[in-house]
Amino acid sequence: MNDNLDKLSNPKFFHDHLDVDDIATEQLIEQLKSMLIIRMTEQYIGSMRRDGFIGGPVHLGVGQEAVAVGISQWLRKTDRVFGAHRSHSHILALGSSLHGLFAEILGKNTGHSGGMGGSMHLQDKENGFYGSVPIVAGTVSLAVGAGIAAKFQKNNDVAVAYFGDGACEEGTVHESLNLASILKSPVLFVVENNLFASHMHISQRQTQNSTARFAHANGIPAAVVDGNDVVAVQVAAKKLIEDARAGKGPGFLEAVTYRWYGHVDWRDDIDVGVERSTEDLKNWRARDPVERLKQSLVRKGCWDDTQHQECCTQIEYEIDEAWGRAMSDPYPSEAALLERVYAPPVKS
Amino acid sequence: MNNYKKYNYGTAILSAFEYLLENHPEVFVIGQGLWSPWYVGNTMTDLDKKFGVDRIIDTPVSEAACTGAAVGASLAGMKPIVVHPRMDFMLYAIDAIVNQAAKWSHMTGGNSHPAITIRAIINRGGEQGAQHSQALHAWFSHIPGLRVVMPSTVADARDLFIASVLSPDPVMYIDDRWLYEQVDYLPPVVVKDLSKEGPKLLAEGSDMTIVAASYSTMLAQNARVKLAEEGISAEVIDLRILNPFDSELIIKSVCKTGRLLVIDGGWRTCGMAGEVIASVTENMQVDKWKNQPCRVTLPDAPAPTSRVLEKIYYPDEEQVVIAARKLFT
Repeated sequence: MNDNLDKLSNPKFFHDHLDVDDIATEQLIEQLKSMLIIRMTEQYIGSMRRDGFIGGPVHLGVGQEAVAVGISQWLRKTDRVFGAHRSHSHILALGSSLHGLFAEILGKNTGHSGGMGGSMHLQDKENGFYGSVPIVAGTVSLAVGAGIAAKFQKNNDVAVAYFGDGACEEGTVHESLNLASILKSPVLFVVENNLFASHMHISQRQTQNSTARFAHANGIPAAVVDGNDVVAVQVAAKKLIEDARAGKGPGFLEAVTYRWYGHVDWRDDIDVGVERSTEDLKNWRARDPVERLKQSLVRKGCWDDTQHQECCTQIEYEIDEAWGRAMSDPYPSEAALLERVYAPPVKS
Repeated sequence: MNNYKKYNYGTAILSAFEYLLENHPEVFVIGQGLWSPWYVGNTMTDLDKKFGVDRIIDTPVSEAACTGAAVGASLAGMKPIVVHPRMDFMLYAIDAIVNQAAKWSHMTGGNSHPAITIRAIINRGGEQGAQHSQALHAWFSHIPGLRVVMPSTVADARDLFIASVLSPDPVMYIDDRWLYEQVDYLPPVVVKDLSKEGPKLLAEGSDMTIVAASYSTMLAQNARVKLAEEGISAEVIDLRILNPFDSELIIKSVCKTGRLLVIDGGWRTCGMAGEVIASVTENMQVDKWKNQPCRVTLPDAPAPTSRVLEKIYYPDEEQVVIAARKLFT
C-alpha cells in the first residue's frame, strides 16, 4: 500500500505509447472516437462560452477523457452513473446525445434536463446517467443508494460515483465508503484525481496525495492507475465492475489525471491554481490521453492520419449540426418554473 | 364500526409501516436504531423480525450517507423510508435533503423524482436540552420541492404516513413523541394522494380561529373545550401539510370569525406561525379583523435542561387560553 502517487503525479513520466496488445482493435478505435467526441465537444463548449453564447459556467475536463471512456466500456444502460460539476465526459462516454447536452447548456426545453439544469445538472437516465450536481461530493452517497437498490432488484446492475480529489475532503465521502462496504453495495467509486480542487493543489489540502488510502481504510478493493491511459483505466475498471456485479461489494478506482484549463470556463491562463506552473501544464499536455492512444494505434498499424482527420471532420460536422439545432430550439415555458417543483399531479 | 381497530398514535405508525412493507416490495427502511426496541417508541416494534434485516436496515452512525443513499435508491425505483429518531441529528443530512432530494425534480426538468420519505421525530422534554429537542418544521417548509407533513391525529399518523411513502415526491414526515399515547379507532386503510391533502377543519366555531400543527393541535383542541366553558366558540384548523402550504381554508375561516390565534411548537422568528398570519393578513380585508392576530410559540431560545426553565419553555394549554382571551379584549 502506497499513499503517495510518485511518478503518477509527476507529469514528466508516462508520455509513452500505451500497451494496446491485449485489447481488441475495434474497441480501442471506438474509444479513440469517444475521447475525440468528448475533447472536441468540450473545446467547442469552451469557445461558445468565450463568445458569449453560453450564459452559465462550464467546468471543462479537457485532458481527463480517458477516465470516463475506460470505465463506460463496461457499463450498460441500466447501470446508475452519478457525476459532479465536471461531468460532460461522464455523460458523453455513455453515448448520450450531443444535442441533449448542448440544448441543456443553452437552457433549452429540449435539453437533457429540460433546460432546468445547465452544464452542472445533467441527467440522461435512458443511457444510465442518473445525475450530476455541483455540490462537491453531493452524489457519492446517492450512488451508494442506487447500488443498494440494485441489490433489492437483483439485476446485477452497478452504480458509479465520479468525484474528485477535493471531494475526498468531504465527510460524506467517508460515510459513504463505510456504508457501501458494510452493506456490500455494488458501487464503483471513481476518483478523478487531477491534483487540484479549484485553485488548491492536493499538497495544500491533504497529507498524502493518493486518495485510495480511504478505500483501504474501509476495506474496499482499490486500484490506482494513470488516468490518461485508457488501457490502464479499462483493465482496472473491468475487474472492479465485474466484482461489484458478482455481489462482492464496492470497488474504488483512483485515476490520476489533469485538467488543461482552469477550474471553470475555457482559459488556461487564469484561475489555474496557486501551485500550477506553465512547465507543469506543458508536461501534462504531453501526457495527453487522446494523442497517446492515437499514436499507439498508428504504431500498431491499425489507424493513420487520414483516418484520424476523417474522424475529426465527421465529429466537427456532428457538433455543428447538434449545436445549430439546439440554438434554434425553444426555451422552457414560463409555467415550467413552478410546474417542475413537484411530480405532476395524478389525474383522478 | 365492526372493522374499526383500536390504535394509539404510535401503533398507528407501526400499522402504516406494516401496510407499506406488506403491499409494496419497493419499500425499505433505513436509519439508526431500527433493530433496537427503544429508539422509536412503539412505532417500529419487531419490523426487523417480520420483514427481515435486509429490508429494515439499521445503519452506521452516518446520517448524511444514509439519507443520501435513500435518495439514490429512490431514483433507481425504490421507495425508501429514512428514519431519524431525533430530528436534531438529521441536520448532518441536510445536503441530501435540501440540495439533492428537494431540488432533484426541478433541476432535472421534471424527468426524475426522488420518492423518498424522511421520518423526522421530535423527541423533546425530560431535561434533554438544546440538541435533543428541536422542532424544525419551519426550516424545511421554506424549501420548495419538499413536502412537509405533520400529523396530529391517530388517523393521520397512519394515513399520511402511507400517503407520504407512496408520494412520488420527497416528503418529510414529522411526528412528535408527545402525541404517541392518543387513542382512536381506525377503519381499514384507504390510500390517499398526498398532493391532494391540506389543512383540515377539526372543529367548527364562530368567534375565533385557532390554527396549529402536530402536538400544538392537541393543545388547540384542549383549549377549545376550556374556551367553550367561557362562552368562546373557537374553530380549530389542523395544518397537517406545511409545505406546499395551502392557506385557503384558514383565510376563509378567519374571514368568518375575525380573530386568529396560531400555536406553533417551533420558534417565533421566521416561523410557521408567522407564515400563517402573513398569508391571512395579505388576503383578508382590514375591516374584517375584530382584533390583531396573535401567536403562541416557543421563545427564541434553545431548549433548556433545567426543569424550571423547561416548564416555561413549551407552550401549554393555559398559555393558549390566556392568548385566546386577549383576542376578546
